[in-house]
Amino acid sequence: MTSSHQIEFTAGLFLLLGIAALVFLALHATDGGALKDGGYRVVAEFSNVGGLKARANVSLGGVRVGSVESIDLDPETFSARVVMVIGDRFRTLPEDTSASILTSGILGDQYIGLEPGGAPDMLEDGDKILITQSALVLEQLISRFLFNSGGEQKK
Amino acid sequence: MTPSSLGGRLLAEPIREFGRAGIFLVTAFARMRFGRLQLGEILRQVYFVGARSLVIIVICGFFVGLVLTLQTHDTLTRFGAGDAVSTVLALSLFRELAPVLTAILFAGRAGTSITAEIGLMKATEQLDALDLMAIDPMERIVQPRLLAGVLAVPALVMVFNVTALLGGVFFSVYLMGSDPIVFWSKMQASVELGKDFMGGLLKSAVFGFLVSWLAVYFGWSAKPTSEGVALATTQTVITSAIAVLLMDFVLTAFML
Amino acid sequence: MPDTLAASDSSAAAIRLDNVTLARGDRAVLTGFSLAIPAGKVTAVMGPSGCGKTTVLKLITGQLRPDKGQVWVGDIEVNRLRGADLNALRRDIGVLLQNGALFTDLTCFDNVALPLREHTKLPEPLIRRLVLLKLQTVGLRGAAALYPRELSGGMNRRVAMARAMALDPAVMLYDEPFAGLDPISLGASVRLIREINGALGITSVVITHDVAEVQKFADHCCIIAEGRVVASGTPDQLLDSDQEVVRQFMRGLPDGPVPFHFPARPLADELLAERA
Repeated sequence: MTSSHQIEFTAGLFLLLGIAALVFLALHATDGGALKDGGYRVVAEFSNVGGLKARANVSLGGVRVGSVESIDLDPETFSARVVMVIGDRFRTLPEDTSASILTSGILGDQYIGLEPGGAPDMLEDGDKILITQSALVLEQLISRFLFNSGGEQKK
Repeated sequence: MTPSSLGGRLLAEPIREFGRAGIFLVTAFARMRFGRLQLGEILRQVYFVGARSLVIIVICGFFVGLVLTLQTHDTLTRFGAGDAVSTVLALSLFRELAPVLTAILFAGRAGTSITAEIGLMKATEQLDALDLMAIDPMERIVQPRLLAGVLAVPALVMVFNVTALLGGVFFSVYLMGSDPIVFWSKMQASVELGKDFMGGLLKSAVFGFLVSWLAVYFGWSAKPTSEGVALATTQTVITSAIAVLLMDFVLTAFML
Repeated sequence: MPDTLAASDSSAAAIRLDNVTLARGDRAVLTGFSLAIPAGKVTAVMGPSGCGKTTVLKLITGQLRPDKGQVWVGDIEVNRLRGADLNALRRDIGVLLQNGALFTDLTCFDNVALPLREHTKLPEPLIRRLVLLKLQTVGLRGAAALYPRELSGGMNRRVAMARAMALDPAVMLYDEPFAGLDPISLGASVRLIREINGALGITSVVITHDVAEVQKFADHCCIIAEGRVVASGTPDQLLDSDQEVVRQFMRGLPDGPVPFHFPARPLADELLAERA
């Protein structure tokens, strides 16, 4: 029969194993959330955010550089105000970087894709991205298509 | 609805039982004195209910991960979304499968042994002996087991998660030849630490508490005969399974 | 008919039940029951099965509360005690349950040490010595590191005796300590009960069926039947009693005031009855 010391030791090991599993999973199987390195905030306004949600990816050239923190409606301009958090590692984004709302794959989630400009100054915490491209809304696309083809048929 | 009518019996009896279980729990907590928390005893119980359950958790975890990946791989590759296998695996595991399955396996393995142990202690008058020695059996027997469950089950769930992921990796990477980097990075991008993972952790703690409470209660209230103890262990498994699934629904709705 | 013990000597009653009535469900277990147990002696409480002997024990320890009447241990009214006071009383009463009820997950040593560790602040080395001495008294010091399942039933009970004595109580209660023991273990138990009583100068109450042994260890005897004390006195006095119930019990007669047959219809009626 194992002595009580051995039992307590094994129990302690077991709990440590559980904690180790938890830490492993948190670091390697999730996005890390609040554990990730801090970042700086950048704002962009869109006329339509489509299906973009908070915590959506912000990517540049396919590489994830940050996430969407919040989406709000500007009560005066009636445009959507999106606040993004960009990782501290990516502090060299030019001021004239543009932001577009894109869809990953055909059925995928929507995310923000950044396209770097060429300005000498960099984006800082609190800056605003001026060049934006709103999400493509399927209905608008279809009606535009119909409108165009309808116009052609009139010829 | 009188107590003797069929409806009365079907409905009134479970409600009464539930009430008794609730009173039992409140009593157990009311008598908890934090200065006298029996850490040694708690650790011992963690060994018996936790460490001893590792084998079954690891095996079941691995196979659950394997099978889930096998199932989803086929469907997802057909839609050109084969890369999403790891995401589907991780999300279903962390949010639902790991906490629920681990809790039910725990009820079957550790819960029944707790119930049987306490039932036998009751039948052999060990609980009475404690009372007569002016030692509170709640403090010495019940509380350590309750707390051990709350500690052990989340740890078991984490182990289940890891082994299930390993099962998934085994299938995806070694059998199907997927790129491991894609496997992990897709998962990392789509699984939220707070909402998906921590939610699962919270569920684990709640389920651990729930199953331990039921296991201890049914052992404590068992009739001190061999049939009584056998019946009590059955009740533990069945009631735990139902309670866990019900609570899962409540928590999921609450968290989404 | 005397229901209470007429004090046969000048020693005061250490334990008293006064006019106790207790019913279990709709069955009256004790009605107007009075019993006095003399201090400093070994008293045997005997009676046919189901007469309420274990109930008396539970009333003394406070595990049961009477519907009417009082239970006194010394000058403490047990039936009024709650919580911490009841615990304080229980620390002063050692109980040996029928099968020992040792804790199966602890060694014999830890079993005996448990009350010391829980209720005293004595340092561990001192506890160790006390435990070994208690085990020595019951002859099981060598088995200290063994688990209860590794010992026989009789040995289990002796360890339980050591455990019951651990805090040197003022009263020792034994619930059927001789049931199922072989003659050697029985002799050992009898001797221990007397030794413990003498050495600690305490009051001992032994619930037993064993008429033969009673003469060897009891200073005083009571017989309970039909929910009341039907006889009390020294073992010799009881053997000479002219009460039928006492004679039936002391001589082990199968039939008498305590009937052999469970209540039933006359046999002839049963055999000749038409099946409905």
